[in-house]
Amino acid sequence: MSLPRKVARDQDQGIPEGDQVGRDGRARPFLRIDAGSRRHRTLRGLALLAAVLIAAGIPFNSDRVVNGQLTLVLVYAVAALGLNLLVGYSGQISLGHGAFFAIGAYTAAILIVRAHVPYPLTVPAAALLTFALGFAFGVPALRLRGLYLALVTLALAIATTPLIKRFEGLTGGVQGMSVPQPTVPGWLPVDPDQFLYLLVLSVAVPMFLLAANLTRGGLGRALVSIRDNERAATTMGVDRARVKSRVFAWSAAYAGVAGALFTLTLGFVAPESFNLALSFTFLAAIVIGGLGTVGGALLGALFIEFVPQYAERVNQALTGVIYGATLIAVIYLMPGGIAGLLRSVRRRLVEVAEPPPAGGEPTGGAVLEAGATSPGGGRRPAV
Amino acid sequence: MERFLQVVVDGIADGSIYGALALALVLIFRSTGIVNFAQGEMAMFATFVAWGLHDGGRPLWLALVAAFAFAFLGGMAIERLLIRPVEGAGTLTLVIVTLGLFILVNAAAGWIWGFTNRGFPSIFPSGVARLGGVELSVESLGIIAVLLAVVALLGLLFQRTKLGLAMRAAALNPDSSRLVGIRVGRMLMLGWGLAALLGALAGVLVAPRLFLDVNLMGGVLVYAFAGAALGGFDSPLGAVVGSWIIGVTENLAGTYVGAVGADLKVLVPLAVIFVVLLVRPSGLFGSPEVTRV
Repeated sequence: MSLPRKVARDQDQGIPEGDQVGRDGRARPFLRIDAGSRRHRTLRGLALLAAVLIAAGIPFNSDRVVNGQLTLVLVYAVAALGLNLLVGYSGQISLGHGAFFAIGAYTAAILIVRAHVPYPLTVPAAALLTFALGFAFGVPALRLRGLYLALVTLALAIATTPLIKRFEGLTGGVQGMSVPQPTVPGWLPVDPDQFLYLLVLSVAVPMFLLAANLTRGGLGRALVSIRDNERAATTMGVDRARVKSRVFAWSAAYAGVAGALFTLTLGFVAPESFNLALSFTFLAAIVIGGLGTVGGALLGALFIEFVPQYAERVNQALTGVIYGATLIAVIYLMPGGIAGLLRSVRRRLVEVAEPPPAGGEPTGGAVLEAGATSPGGGRRPAV
Repeated sequence: MERFLQVVVDGIADGSIYGALALALVLIFRSTGIVNFAQGEMAMFATFVAWGLHDGGRPLWLALVAAFAFAFLGGMAIERLLIRPVEGAGTLTLVIVTLGLFILVNAAAGWIWGFTNRGFPSIFPSGVARLGGVELSVESLGIIAVLLAVVALLGLLFQRTKLGLAMRAAALNPDSSRLVGIRVGRMLMLGWGLAALLGALAGVLVAPRLFLDVNLMGGVLVYAFAGAALGGFDSPLGAVVGSWIIGVTENLAGTYVGAVGADLKVLVPLAVIFVVLLVRPSGLFGSPEVTRV
């Protein structure tokens, strides 16, 4: 269990997050590091390396069932990450990411079954297609704010299952499609379940790193500035239309990649897997995991994979009760989600201090947490 | 021609059901700026309450009255307990809370009443009425009459009573209303109660036409969204007219356009929502959103 938290802690640093303002008067942390210092970067790199190594080692110490579940966790994490880019960072609400997930899943299935494309090519193909579709959808979505975007994407989610059923010749209709799963190459001494896990991990890790970089860089700052104050952001020169449609495309591509991995993992696709509940589940994952955090996607994915496993044993309806109640409780009690909670714990242990600006006026020893800066990140002019 | 008229009347009847739910959405949107995603599920829950009472041997009218009372009180309780604490929060927060409520109520109903289909008795006699040589179902005509009566009653409430005036004032300008002594919080609770009541009405009207199960209102909610979006989210008249247009279009497309058919009927409202929101986001009757900078 140390893995997800490490990834979460490590990658959440430096991401401006409106709700997570550092608290005053907390106990002195064990460790204090200057942000961006060599020590900071070394520690961060080591933590990431350790996390990846532990993640890669997991399937060799657990049984086949658990490996299958953890593989799905990684798949859901990639999808949730994409949705979090959109909802958590840019503040646009999508209730329809199950649709892009479905498109990715069926792209992989159709390419493998009907066109006999080798499976490693299906993931980039799904990414490209959903990126393009996301962009095409994101441009008209620019005109829709808040609630209205939620309505349109809700419509998208509802339309998915009947549409898949309708194009029976391509999708196999109600029966779905069986897809041959990737086989373990002869030179690799691993079992099929371990191979699948490692395969998905080898896609998920770069996707997480990419998201961490996207959100930390110019696009991320622009996104957060738009989320927190669109008018101010535009005034400062953020190209609203460009940024919003781009993040929609990225977000859809993440869902598409996750969908393709889903097909490879399960070896089967059917229309009923991509119902409205799936889209709601992704949204629940990012809210519970932590809106506007990269690590939150992984935590949320763990939640949506393992909670139903145990809840369904009690009652078929218990999963829904837990999801609904947790969603509401998180909003009231911990808007930062699990990632927010972990971050505040981490802050008690390790403090990352911004170094005083070189050549600027002294800040009076004030410690600026990255999370406590203004929404626009470094864009705010000195007042 | 007769077939066409039947389809149109059935469409208006369906549209009236969507209209009742759309009115509920509009009522809440006007007063609190929230689109209540859980409206349909709340209605489904109330319908199950009616079903449970009727199944337990109570007469239908008593079961309905009890379910309506339950819906009214339940709507008020939800406003007070769940919505009031996040009042004025961002859109994302409100959407998540009502979605959480959606999932919670849906699952709770499944827990209590199970996930199987139930037959629900209609309050109207089965059979047909001959109007000008065209046979129309009594149920469809009855549903249309009920909606018209509801619209008239709501009109009376909001235009002719002091309570309605206070509710409108509370929705329009909460601060000034407070200053003249209106209990704004209470008016909002009342609005949510009324909305839940309207939803429950839609539920018991639609349940005999479909089968009662936990997903009864999912489709109806989308049609109601489409109707409200088409008519304008802040216009009660628009909600009803918009829902009628949706109901008729959906039935005509399902009957006459082969490519649509029964399975893809749900795409009609979706297309309508999409086009309306892009071309004229304020809808046919709504007022455009103006933000003070």
